[in-house]
Amino acid sequence: MSLISVRNVWKEYHDTVVLEQINLTIEPRAFVALVGPSGCGKTTFLKMLLSEERPTRGVIELEGKPISPEPTADRGVVFQRYSVFSHLTVLGNVLMGADLQAKTGAGRFFGRTFGRERAAAVEDARALISAVGLSHAEQKYPTQLSGGMQQRLALAQALMGKPKVLLLDEPFGALDAGIRADIHVLMRKLWNDRALTVVMVTHDLSEAFSLATRVIAFERRRNEPTDGGRYGATITKDYDVWPKRTPAALDAILSLSGRDDPQPAHATRRDDPAETGVAS
Amino acid sequence: MRLINLRPPSGAGRLLALLPFIFVALAYLVGSSVRLAANPSDKLLPAFASFADAINRMAFTTDTRTGDVLMWVDTVASLERLFAGLAIATLAAVVLGVAIGLVPYLRSLLGGFVAAFSMVPPLAILPILFITVGLGEAAKITLIAIGIAPPLVRDMALRVADIPRQQIVKAETLGASTWTIVLRLVLPQMLPRLLDSIRLQLGPAWLFLIAAEAIAAEAGLGYRIFLVRRYLAMDVILPYVAWITLLAFIMDVGLVALQRRAFPWFADARAS
Ligand SMILES: Nc1ncnc2c1ncn2[C@@H]1O[C@H](COP(=O)(O)OP(=O)(O)OP(=O)(O)O)[C@@H](O)[C@H]1O
Ligand SMILES: [Mg+2]
Repeated sequence: MSLISVRNVWKEYHDTVVLEQINLTIEPRAFVALVGPSGCGKTTFLKMLLSEERPTRGVIELEGKPISPEPTADRGVVFQRYSVFSHLTVLGNVLMGADLQAKTGAGRFFGRTFGRERAAAVEDARALISAVGLSHAEQKYPTQLSGGMQQRLALAQALMGKPKVLLLDEPFGALDAGIRADIHVLMRKLWNDRALTVVMVTHDLSEAFSLATRVIAFERRRNEPTDGGRYGATITKDYDVWPKRTPAALDAILSLSGRDDPQPAHATRRDDPAETGVAS
Repeated sequence: MRLINLRPPSGAGRLLALLPFIFVALAYLVGSSVRLAANPSDKLLPAFASFADAINRMAFTTDTRTGDVLMWVDTVASLERLFAGLAIATLAAVVLGVAIGLVPYLRSLLGGFVAAFSMVPPLAILPILFITVGLGEAAKITLIAIGIAPPLVRDMALRVADIPRQQIVKAETLGASTWTIVLRLVLPQMLPRLLDSIRLQLGPAWLFLIAAEAIAAEAGLGYRIFLVRRYLAMDVILPYVAWITLLAFIMDVGLVALQRRAFPWFADARAS
């Protein structure tokens, strides 16, 4: 069964059609990249997947059931900015995913884990922090981290919530090319190791083709000024990336590094300049 | 070099900060000695020696009639009222500010009311307070609370509403409920900002306190100032004013220090 199914979704703001007739199914373990010209509605589409916006028409289903009308823990997200909490340390940020889903009564009331649940959560959080290469920065606050480190923290934090699908809106758009290449390597590894399903909006075609298993383009079929917003964007292209990226074929994929990768992807992760050699 | 790019070295900077104080003290000294030379019994600008006498009398000697050290009694009475008023207003700011800033239904219900209520001039309702809750402590504390709660509440509501939408959505996708969003996201991020707005309301809080004490009290810094005014006792009034200013200044500095100690992340987060 497909994980996400989008059926005949339209989105209108007042009398402007932003998206029309979106039909899409996404399989588990897919890594879908959404590309398209600026303003065509990529963020709007992602917001609908997140339930931050509601479709004007049509339904979105997750595992066969309509998605909740508000954001819930089954859909994780990383935004371009403001994804992490500035009042919490790296560890505190990642622990939030466990804290906010605590199982004991007191834990649910206070939004915190306690005792044995806490210890297990700290262990999980540390594993994730180490997976994104931030072990040495565990006690730092986000403002003390570089942009790339903040986005890696945001990834770890989102994964701690154990979402069924991870939604990313230009998560690496604000990063330098070099740091972006590093984080691509990390992203691919996380996708493989943690069996994720990812939907990522990006401006960057090479990013789309080097990371995704499937690239989907949104475009307006008609774009005359005289149309006055009567036509929205829809899916115009839908490519499966070749060679097929499956978890089993990982080695093949990793040795086929994207053209912006600075080094073979299976080499140890390179960190931001500030942390070279310190990461565990 | 341009004036805007010239910075005083750190020692000189501190000296510069002292200059205006020294200047005012000198100007006072000159004015005072000129007037006293013309008329030794002048009361308007007493000499520093008279201040020393008055301070000694008020702050370090027990009053023969009451057996109390007056300035101490006044200070305790005033600070109790001030802190009680501040505490009530702060509580209102946290509860109402978060409610209005975060929950659309409560914003619709209370936003307009708070906005309208904040336009009532607090001093205009002082008589109402005296009539309804009497001349005791309650009226003074209520005046302070009513005076500073509306700006605190509105400031808090605006700041809560300014939390980036992404942060709230992020918490929701991590499994938070409305309550745990308040507890784990909104309150921790708002408390240091609340300290800032309390700092800004310290001035008005003192204003309302002194106004209330001037009208009806048995003790208090404002009460004393208005009492000795009848005898033109500038030698008491000016030290009291300086003392009030010092207290307010210490509270301001204390709040800054508290903010820095308790919320080490905040200075950077505010800058970015
Ligand atoms: N709340 C809103 N009210 C009205 N119009 C909106 C609203 N949100 C988005 N739009 C419009 O919807 C269209 C799509 O916006 P969206 O942000 O989804 O584009 P995008 O594809 O993400 O663009 P970019 O690549 O620049 O991020 C734009 O024309 C925008 O003006
Ligand atoms: Mg966008």
